[in-house]
Amino acid sequence: MKELKIFARAGQGAITTAAILGEAFFHQKIYAYAFPNFGAARMGAPMNAFLRYDNNPVRLRSQIYNPDSIIVVDPTLFKSQNCFAGMKDGSVAIIAIREGIKVEAPKNIKVVSLPAEQIAMEIIGRPFSNTVLMGAFCKATGDLKLESLIEAVKIQFADKPEVLDKNIQAVKKGFELGAAS
Amino acid sequence: MKQFIEGSWAMAYAAKLCRPQVVSAYPITPQTHIVEHMAEFVASGELAAESVNVESEHSAASLVLGAQATGVRTFTATSSQGLFLMQEVVFNIAGMRLPVMMVCANRAISAPINIWNDQQDSIALRDAGWVQLYAENNQEALDLIIAGYKIGENPKIMLPIMVCVDGFILTHGMETVDMPTQEEVDKFLPKYNPPYKLDVENPMSLGLLGDPTVYLENRYALHKTLEEVIPEINKVGAEYKKAFGRDSIRLVEEYKLDDAEIALVAMGSVCGSIKDVVDQERAKGAKVGMLKIVSYRPFPGEAIKKALAKVSCVGILDKNISLGAAGAVYTEINSLMAGQNKKVSGFVAGLGGRDITPQTIQEIIKTTKNEVNACKFIGLNKELLWDEFRV
Repeated sequence: MKELKIFARAGQGAITTAAILGEAFFHQKIYAYAFPNFGAARMGAPMNAFLRYDNNPVRLRSQIYNPDSIIVVDPTLFKSQNCFAGMKDGSVAIIAIREGIKVEAPKNIKVVSLPAEQIAMEIIGRPFSNTVLMGAFCKATGDLKLESLIEAVKIQFADKPEVLDKNIQAVKKGFELGAAS
Repeated sequence: MKQFIEGSWAMAYAAKLCRPQVVSAYPITPQTHIVEHMAEFVASGELAAESVNVESEHSAASLVLGAQATGVRTFTATSSQGLFLMQEVVFNIAGMRLPVMMVCANRAISAPINIWNDQQDSIALRDAGWVQLYAENNQEALDLIIAGYKIGENPKIMLPIMVCVDGFILTHGMETVDMPTQEEVDKFLPKYNPPYKLDVENPMSLGLLGDPTVYLENRYALHKTLEEVIPEINKVGAEYKKAFGRDSIRLVEEYKLDDAEIALVAMGSVCGSIKDVVDQERAKGAKVGMLKIVSYRPFPGEAIKKALAKVSCVGILDKNISLGAAGAVYTEINSLMAGQNKKVSGFVAGLGGRDITPQTIQEIIKTTKNEVNACKFIGLNKELLWDEFRV
């Protein structure tokens, strides 16, 4: 069983990210359990979403303390918290970097940093970096097939065909840039 | 067909497949999504029902009571303070023998105000005369709703059903759920055809004054009927398995108890976490098992006794407490185990959303083996306690 923790601000689509990744794993016959940070969040407040995935049905219901990977949607979160806390040796951090914000990762963690928001602005025209980061997750962890992810994105955007192609493009761009350094 | 979906959606979908004709609820966290989805089904015409907006849970419960009394199937859902506001009506629904279906998205009770999960709300209403069924995961939640209608609506039973699901953990969790088709559910669940209803052609009264010459018999009949629900759950469980292929409608589930020395007992979603820990402990050679209680009311005493017959230590995890006494499930199991020469301990954990981790469960297993406690709180932060409570 593997565990992903997503760091974002409420309103940045972290729950949707967990949901799409869960759907993508489901598509390749892997069991997933996606869940939000329980409770109420104000728009803009730091929040998390979580994903567990396994070949067997996921039964564990506790929160995630030692993730195998993290996605940091908003790098300003590093100012107030250590997003790397509890990460296992060799685990993967996918970080949306932004100019002017320096991130120092522990040496035992593989880091993929990419200007996801800038890429989203270029491809989608709006600062929703989630699909870029999902593509990077797919490549960096190697746990998910790109086709499965694209399939899940198609389901998510089924009623928004005007942004579907752009989001698929964003996934592919993230996948390209997702090799861990 | 299997789908990866949110728990609240699966539960609302299950209710929709049962074709309730009247739906009424008042939104409260963490039940809200269930009611939103029901309202969407009604608004889109997918569900031919009257969805009634009300100003409080008391009215929502009254509304489904009245609607059910006229001979139609109903659905409601609530949590915590909302369930407590319904309480007066909840007892009436059972006393009037109306098989209402309610989903209780389990949440802690005020004060202090807390929107997170424990099971204090439904446990506090265990004496209402409702059947109470607890789901471990969203598949079970869906299954219990569909089968629950059939159990409650049996003309010999005619009792309301409360399907209890852990708030957030299940309601807001997304996972794989096998969704039955409308045809399958229509085949399994017959049209609601109550043996009595409010009908101008055949006038009758419900919920009259029951004076001392009849009240005792009335309560006795209610109690005896709840006891009859025990074989009914097994019967409908067998039918459900035949129709849908899943063995989820049962009084209890035994997990690796055959050769177990230590058994943990629990209800709801935490049973999934316990199963994981049981597997880890067994890999290290410890003979641990788990008993999951699905039907808390009626309380399946014989099934529990049989399941725990061979173990020597029993640890009961309660996500509730009868303040000044002990956890509710512990109290009942401890009395069942009287004279059996077993070590029986009660643990209170996870109140108000405190996370129950594998370490929490390991500590409970260890303490069950080494000590005997009636009411041990697990996971207390001693820094937050007065000196004299730091024991």
